[in-house]
Formats: sequence, structure tokens, C-alpha cells
Amino acid sequence: MFLHQKIFAVVASFLIMAVVVELVRRRKLREEYSWLWLLTGAVIIVLVMWYDLLVAITRLIGAIAPTTTLFIFGLLFLMLISLHYSIQISKLSYQVKEMGQQLALLRGRVEDQTDPEGECSIPPGKTPEKD
Amino acid sequence: MESQERKNKTLIVIPAFNEEEKIHDVVQEIRREVPEAVVLVVNDGSRDRTEEQARAGGARVLTHPFNMGYGVTLQTGYKYALKYGFDFVLQMDGDGQHDPGYLPVLLREVREEGVDVVIGSRFLGEGNYRAARLRQVGICLFRFLASRLCGQKITDPTSGYQALNRRAVEFCARDSFPGDYPDADVLVMMHRAGLRLREVPVQMHPNARGRSMHSGLKPLYYIYKMCLSIALNLIRRERPSR
Repeated sequence: MFLHQKIFAVVASFLIMAVVVELVRRRKLREEYSWLWLLTGAVIIVLVMWYDLLVAITRLIGAIAPTTTLFIFGLLFLMLISLHYSIQISKLSYQVKEMGQQLALLRGRVEDQTDPEGECSIPPGKTPEKD
Repeated sequence: MESQERKNKTLIVIPAFNEEEKIHDVVQEIRREVPEAVVLVVNDGSRDRTEEQARAGGARVLTHPFNMGYGVTLQTGYKYALKYGFDFVLQMDGDGQHDPGYLPVLLREVREEGVDVVIGSRFLGEGNYRAARLRQVGICLFRFLASRLCGQKITDPTSGYQALNRRAVEFCARDSFPGDYPDADVLVMMHRAGLRLREVPVQMHPNARGRSMHSGLKPLYYIYKMCLSIALNLIRRERPSR
């Protein structure tokens, strides 16, 4: 690996890490999501500094060029991140659903209590079995 | 006295999304048929006057802050039923497709011992319901799947005209209830959870507006999703109570 390649890779990963830290500092990125990106930056630096490790991994997975290893792991990493986001989105959808339902139920109850004229079959003030 | 009163607590859940033309009459008709029941319209974030129209018809209305889908809307109704201690839930569509005249029939059946879910089937002789071609294929497929997996003949697994007792409502209020289109997969889930199903013949009117939930490419996605959902239910062990 040439020196200027190394410099470029190290500078790029430090930039990523700096941006992540700055985003966390400005509270635009939550801490629990930042570690993954910091880890990415760190891994790139380690691989650049310790080129033999990259070569060893390349041999281990049966690839020929070390760049292939980088691309494979880069792709795998992106796929895992997308999967992680899908999981998060599923969780958020569930939470939004629960919240929407709770809101509808609560609003119905509040309307009962504030609108005694309205025709409602549940008498206002009746305590529900559980909340 | 107390228990007698509780026995009669019946909730009729009508999921509604942009049903302002029909909902008023549907609610009134239901109240004529089953005057002792509480009619609850769950308005799934309609952009029209569904809420006002349902209220004018004499229904209780719960309104979702935004559109969340048919299954979620039904489930809001189930949660309401549990919260206020209803013993039976009847569910039907708000577009006038389901004839409220069968509500007493469904109710009578679900009150019997030994049955938890009563499904109003349009294919058991009453009326002459004709479905579109693709819909028929889907119905046949799920009829076959549901019948095989439930160990009993299910003729109309896509029917939204159902009656549930408290046990079934509790099951449906759980997290595992699907949010988009609960159908054959829910029947299979219910059967596997030990709930007992029964079908009764009902008559259904063709959808006057010709606008169904299932249009365009949706039926294909629907079939795919339903198969996936059923398959996943088979490899997932679930019990009625956690």
C-alpha cells in the first residue's frame, strides 16, 4: 500500500469520526447510533496501519486481492446497517401504532367527560377496568 | 343481576375509512337490529366527514390521528372492548356490504358454549355473492389453506363479518395481531391458539361503489403477504396467554 493511499484512508476515517462526534455533540445523532460509525472509522484505520491483517483476512476468506476483502466487508456492513434500520423502523411503527390507538381511546374518553350532551352509551365518569 | 347485565354487554365495531356516505345509515340500521349493543365506529384517520356522520347516526366514535390500516383499526375496537369490559364483539364493515340483519344470528351463535369466533360466510348458501376473478382465485386459495390448517371447513376466510367472545378479543388485542389485512392468517393463528371457530351463512351486498380495499396490484401483494404470514405462524409457537 502506498503512503498516499494510507494518508487518504486515515484522513477519510478521521473525518467520518469527527463528523459523527460533532453530530452527537449537537444532538443530531443519538449516542446509541454513533458507536457503529465510530467503530467503522476505527476499523478502517486499523486495517490501514496493519496491512498484514488485511492480507491475512483476505487469505482466510479465500479472496485474491485485498481490495476485494474491503469491498465485501464494506457491502456486508452496509447490508447489516440497512437491516438494523429495518428493525428500528419496525419497532417505531409498532410504537406509533400503539400510540395512535392509545390516543384514539383516550380522546374518546375525554370527549365523553367533556361533552355530556353527546349521545354516548358509556356513562361519563365510568371507570374502565384497566388503563 | 350484575352478571346478567354483563352477559348482555355487546360491542359492535365498525372500522371506517372515508365512509361518510354510508356510515350514518349503517349505524342506524345496526341500532335498529341490535338496540342493546353499543355501536363503535373506529375512524381510521378519514379525510371526510365520517366521524360526524357516524356520531349523527348514534355511534360512539374513536378517531385515529392518521390512517393506520384495517387491522389496527379493528384492534383499537378490541382494545376498547377490553377496556370497558364488553363480553362480545361483533365486527362488520361500514360500507354497507354486510347486512346488519345477520348481527343477531352471529351474536346468538357466539353466545353459545364451545365457540369463540363466529365467521359470517357468504358462501354457505345465503345470497348469491359474486366476486371478481382474481379475488375468487385468492378466496379459493385461502379457503383451502385455512380449511387444511384449521382442521375444519372454512368457506370464507376473508370475511370481515365476525363475532368474537372475550377470549378471542383478548387474543386479537395482543401484539401479534397483523396491522394491514387480518384474514386467513388470523383464523389459523386463532385455531392454533386453541380458539374454536364456527361459520354461519350470511348475505353480503356487492360493494355499491365498486371500490374495494383490494385493487390494482394489491391482490398479488396480498396473496404473497398472507402466505408468508401463515407460514410464519406455523413456525412460531404461540399460546393464548403469555
